Amino acid sequence: MLVPARLYASGPLLEQMDDGVFEQVTNVACLPGIVRASLCMPDGHWGYGFPIGGVAAFRADSGVISPGGIGFDINCGMRLIRTDLREDEVRPRLQEVIAALFGSVPAGVGAKGFVRLSGSEFKKVMVEGAGWCVARGYAWPEDLAHIEGRGCLPGADPEQVSARALERGTEQLGTLGSGNHYLEIQVVRPGAIHDERTARVLGVDGPGQVFVMLHCGSRGFGHQVGTDYLKVFDRAMPQYGLSVRDRELACAPFRSKEGQAYFGAMIAAANTAFANRQVITHRIREVFSRVFGRDARALGLSVVYDVCHNTAKLERHVVDGREAELVVHRKGATRAFGPGEPDVPAAYREIGQPVIIGGSMETGSALLVGTARAMAETWGSTAHGAGRTMSRAQAKRRVSGESLITDMEQRGIIVRAASQSGVAEEAGFAYKDLTAVVDTLHRLDISRRVVSLAPIGNIKG
Amino acid sequence: MGRYEFLEDMVLADCAVEIEGRSLDDLFETAAAAIARLMVDPATLTITVERAISVEASELDMLLYDWLSEMIFLKDRDSQVFPHARVRVTGNGPYRLAADVHGGTIEPGRTALGADPKAVTLHQFALEPVDGGWRARVVIDI
Repeated sequence: MLVPARLYASGPLLEQMDDGVFEQVTNVACLPGIVRASLCMPDGHWGYGFPIGGVAAFRADSGVISPGGIGFDINCGMRLIRTDLREDEVRPRLQEVIAALFGSVPAGVGAKGFVRLSGSEFKKVMVEGAGWCVARGYAWPEDLAHIEGRGCLPGADPEQVSARALERGTEQLGTLGSGNHYLEIQVVRPGAIHDERTARVLGVDGPGQVFVMLHCGSRGFGHQVGTDYLKVFDRAMPQYGLSVRDRELACAPFRSKEGQAYFGAMIAAANTAFANRQVITHRIREVFSRVFGRDARALGLSVVYDVCHNTAKLERHVVDGREAELVVHRKGATRAFGPGEPDVPAAYREIGQPVIIGGSMETGSALLVGTARAMAETWGSTAHGAGRTMSRAQAKRRVSGESLITDMEQRGIIVRAASQSGVAEEAGFAYKDLTAVVDTLHRLDISRRVVSLAPIGNIKG
Repeated sequence: MGRYEFLEDMVLADCAVEIEGRSLDDLFETAAAAIARLMVDPATLTITVERAISVEASELDMLLYDWLSEMIFLKDRDSQVFPHARVRVTGNGPYRLAADVHGGTIEPGRTALGADPKAVTLHQFALEPVDGGWRARVVIDI
């Protein structure tokens, strides 16, 4: 190991982590150019290459970049949209809203979106990200300020993207995907606001308020970029004298030809993911406007924040008392910049960057903010979810999708899903206790809890 | 056809599958059936599409990687899944695969959907000769 491995967890959460986490966080600690420590967040679990919840920074001038430290779903991320609606206004029309959203936001295997793109237009999406959506009428100009990196990360290079990636992703803009991706209607319950002043800054008015949360990424386009470059790096490693303990950690020097090509393609995919979540936001606004008979602006459907949890980004951090340029890999980990950081939107600079943590479809999610401690200790990073404790197969053995949907409906949560088995795989008991994860982040001060959000409707792939 | 088994508790969020075939051709055919089963219930797929696929790789294991990646690619580009394949593997580095595949287009409301694979990973990826044939282990990101 070149650096120590450091896990952030409470005793009980550490007990729940599978052996794969410890092996994988150790493997990452052996990668060339890694700085300070190989980190894993409290929601960590066995992944491929990096653990899920893994964070590692490499010196840009002498370190590596590894697609296995980002994942195939490049810029998988979370978006939270507020509304002025109250639960008592939405509840009577909830079935209608969920059905309309299920019809407007394609989900599941093989789904296609409504946006049709030429090759040249798709390349604009790769470079402009969510900004591309403004001119097309899929975004409000003010949305951009509330997206990590304004929805457009610098350095996208469409020329480094394969023709196959273009073919695979060109019809998927505005689609949700499958697995743990979802679109959820949520509500603030009494007692769920932990920090009223910060909550107000984030657009949280009080108990009963309805929110919409979105979890998805770059779809087949990003998956193909990851597939293409995993093979490139697997072949290239010997020429740089590199070897890794897990082939999925294939890497190349960041400043090498291969490293720069992947970075350009990966950023192109990241920007496309921002556009994907933006197009879905447009569909959400259309649905709410149609069902409630008012313009989306009149309903207050503004973006609270949109944050990535599968990326590598060039960032400047203090290392041994001096500022250094680092390639910060976050795989199933969220950026959590603290108060005063220039990259935090002006509206939130005083409170810190919003952090959106998705729990399970049964138990809810959380909104937190980044901290100065995160900047000092974790490269401004925190957890991204509750973290699985159970395999998909184990979950399916315990419950069927049909019975879970019926049970959840009796508890007031309406679910529509493209795959019934996919619902069973995402049952609440398959995940760690989100409250325990959020409490741990709060106690360790790598993010600060603001509000908990409870689900009332969910759409899954 | 050979046999495949989803290793249900090997990974938490993803899908691991072990595939065995009496020959390399058999293993690749079985691998296609396995990934199709992961994506849909083949009984709910109308078999209407036939196509020829060729793949080439410098290493034998990467031929399997590319073959499964092709199945995932076709699922996204064309919304098509191919449970049935007749495969011929030739060469000694580079290796070549020629296949005739049979499958169908995903029909919303009729096709029972399973997982939506993102990619084949190289995590614990293995293809090796065993007594009486070949065996592979693959972790798929879903």
